[in-house]
Amino acid sequence: MDLNKKFTPETWPDHPERATLEAKNKFVGFWLFLGGETILFATLFATYIALKNSGPSGFGFSTQELYELPLVFVMTMLLLTSSLTSVFAMYHLRNYNFKKMQLWLAITAFLGLGFLMLEVYEFTHYVKLGFTYNNSAFSSAFYTLVGTHGFHVAVGLVWITLLIFRNAKRGLNLYNATKYYTFSLYWHFIDVVWVFIFTVVYLMGVIG
Amino acid sequence: MSSVAQKKGFGATLWDWLTTVDHKKIGILYFLGGGFFFVVGGIEAMLIRWQLHKPNNDFVSAGLFNDLITMHGTTMIFLAAMPILFGFMNAIVPLQIGARDVAFPFINSLGFWMFFFGGLFLNLSWFFQQVPDAGWTSYASLSIASEGHGVDFYAIGLQIAGGGTLMAGINFLVTIINMRAPGMTYMRMPLFTWTTFVASAMILFAFPPLTVGLFFLTFDRMFGGNFFDHTMGGNTIIWEHIFWIFGHPEVYILILPAFGIFSEIFSTFSRKRLFGYPSMVFATVLIGFLGFMVWAHHMFTVGLGPTANAIFAVATMAIAVPTGVKIFNWLLTMWGGSIRITTPMLYALGFIPSFVMGGVTGVMQGAAPLDYQLHDTYFIVAHFHYVIVGGVVLGILAATHYWWPKMFGTMLNETLGKVTFWFFFIGFHATFLIQHWLGFWGMPRRVWTFMDGQGWNSANFISTIGAFLMAIGIIVLVYNVIITSVKNVKVANDPWGDGRTLEWAIESPPIYYNFPATPLVRGLDTVWIEKMEGNETGLTPAEPIKDIHMPNGSIIPLLMSLGLFIAGFGAMYRTEEAWGLPVLIFGLLWTFVAMAARSLQDDTGYYVKKDEILRDLKRKGGQK
Repeated sequence: MDLNKKFTPETWPDHPERATLEAKNKFVGFWLFLGGETILFATLFATYIALKNSGPSGFGFSTQELYELPLVFVMTMLLLTSSLTSVFAMYHLRNYNFKKMQLWLAITAFLGLGFLMLEVYEFTHYVKLGFTYNNSAFSSAFYTLVGTHGFHVAVGLVWITLLIFRNAKRGLNLYNATKYYTFSLYWHFIDVVWVFIFTVVYLMGVIG
Repeated sequence: MSSVAQKKGFGATLWDWLTTVDHKKIGILYFLGGGFFFVVGGIEAMLIRWQLHKPNNDFVSAGLFNDLITMHGTTMIFLAAMPILFGFMNAIVPLQIGARDVAFPFINSLGFWMFFFGGLFLNLSWFFQQVPDAGWTSYASLSIASEGHGVDFYAIGLQIAGGGTLMAGINFLVTIINMRAPGMTYMRMPLFTWTTFVASAMILFAFPPLTVGLFFLTFDRMFGGNFFDHTMGGNTIIWEHIFWIFGHPEVYILILPAFGIFSEIFSTFSRKRLFGYPSMVFATVLIGFLGFMVWAHHMFTVGLGPTANAIFAVATMAIAVPTGVKIFNWLLTMWGGSIRITTPMLYALGFIPSFVMGGVTGVMQGAAPLDYQLHDTYFIVAHFHYVIVGGVVLGILAATHYWWPKMFGTMLNETLGKVTFWFFFIGFHATFLIQHWLGFWGMPRRVWTFMDGQGWNSANFISTIGAFLMAIGIIVLVYNVIITSVKNVKVANDPWGDGRTLEWAIESPPIYYNFPATPLVRGLDTVWIEKMEGNETGLTPAEPIKDIHMPNGSIIPLLMSLGLFIAGFGAMYRTEEAWGLPVLIFGLLWTFVAMAARSLQDDTGYYVKKDEILRDLKRKGGQK
């Protein structure tokens, strides 16, 4: 594949993310990978629901006392917005506008970083209260479920940062278009998982 | 493998194998790696049987016996059966669908090396004398209480190997979805490709729960988690659910490819189209689906309640229907065919009654009330060995003989092959048939010895003799492999003479780009169609010969897996040794640097020029 081939918005294919066989493979493979990830999170959710509020006698934490919806609301807004900005980036990818795509992806990354920092704050706050990983079955399940999501966010941030920098000079081509596109799929996936965490962990936790 | 790398010598060859991304070579690597672990697991089985050959034996201690049964089960399922099947899938499936390679050659290599280092990690436990001892199911109530690092070896080793399996599964799915040759519609795919497809889909949905379960186990044992500790609010039944949501589909992940192998063999050596091909495909998909619906039949006695037990009992027995469809289709494939009793066909013929017996005892246990009687007796041991050995291992041995010429370019000796079969087949039934009665007579499984005068002596003795007969069969096979490799008599494209699918249209072993020109598929059993129409070359090209795009080899998959292997040791000794944490960080960094090295470079492969392909074709012209 010729990496140096320059396109114009007119010659740029309609679906650059699956214009070549390699790209098509990555595209399909990544969707399948997300299918596997869905099962992974489903297992974590099931475990969390089974172990929610359960601990040794007198361990002293319940979801109602612990969770604070305003913080979680801000986190949710940050992550949902970052999904929107990644859509803008993909719009520019389709139109072969490399600079604007990079810009929107950078904004996506900053919003994601904001989310992650709030999550770190939330976790340290709980730990200060005494709700550590080893505190109870509930705490282990909580940190593992929400932490696995947070880990995915962190991986996504590393991924997009590397992509933005490695391609800064290369520009957009049919080799890296798929890489950008699969990142956006991944990012939406993380967002969808968070919607479930928001509902199952926090809303159902506070409302009971 | 590029045309640039023409160097000879041991170092160059070794480097070529360590960096290869060629699906045929990776297939051979899987086959050799899996074969090695098969022998290891077999030796463990021999030791188990020797311990049980007479009452009150003290050949091994009770603790060592636990180590042996745990490692035998784990090794055979994860490190022998699955990798060997992956070996055949890698070597054959791309050829059967007319592809040049798998969808992700780099990830294919990574999957192999992760399996290999994961298996190595698990088996190094023998040298550290801290062997997993909680059974291959590693039920949390046992595994949390297990002293030392045995279960840690299990959790980390399987985590690494399991990651490799997941990658292989996605790879085969994408390969089959995207890379079929023109005309190869889904309903023209050979059955082995179909079963690989369904088994890969099952891997995709079964392995993530195992990943999560192993993480829970790791966290509980090493990082103070409380998932399974009831004093902290945890629940050990969660492990059982997670393990069997993975574990039950796993047995179909193993048996479906074996079904595919036998389908190929029955139709080839009956010289007939597979009877009821569409119903075979439907049955395969249905088994794949039902495989996920029945996990709790492993937990009838846990106390889930009669409603849950009833639902899972009915779902379990329903699997007998598509399986029966398959059995009858195989029988009807032979009906009126002109049958040749070759070694692979002998295995196929032996497989039908053996597997049906295993299936029938499966339906018996599917009835929850009967399961209460049979639970944790030798009847269970007999049942699952009847399906796994009578189905999967016979399938593997059949495929070994059947595809050996395609993989290595030389035929295994047929007489020795038949000797192997008879030793193995008789030994297998001698070992496990009697264990059904041992179960009825009340002998519990997983006990290291038994007392005299319970009526179990002679049955156990017969069982042990059978195990040794199987071992003799495998020794004959190894001898067969050695002598045929030394003689190395080259064979033509279709050494069986009756090949029906695309892999038989090209030379043995195939050249690294498989097909000089992508073939045109004109129906089910495409090569047979071409033969019947008198096409000497065996296939019709779909396009003129042109430059072929090939992937570059890479050492990075090996390095990535090595990093995880190192990190595993660090994680295990993190709390008790000063070097633990640094080694953990070093290993993870190593892997991360290897990943970054892969990501930051543009690796777009290379092209095999048209001239070179034409030269290869001309050279082959003389030696048809």
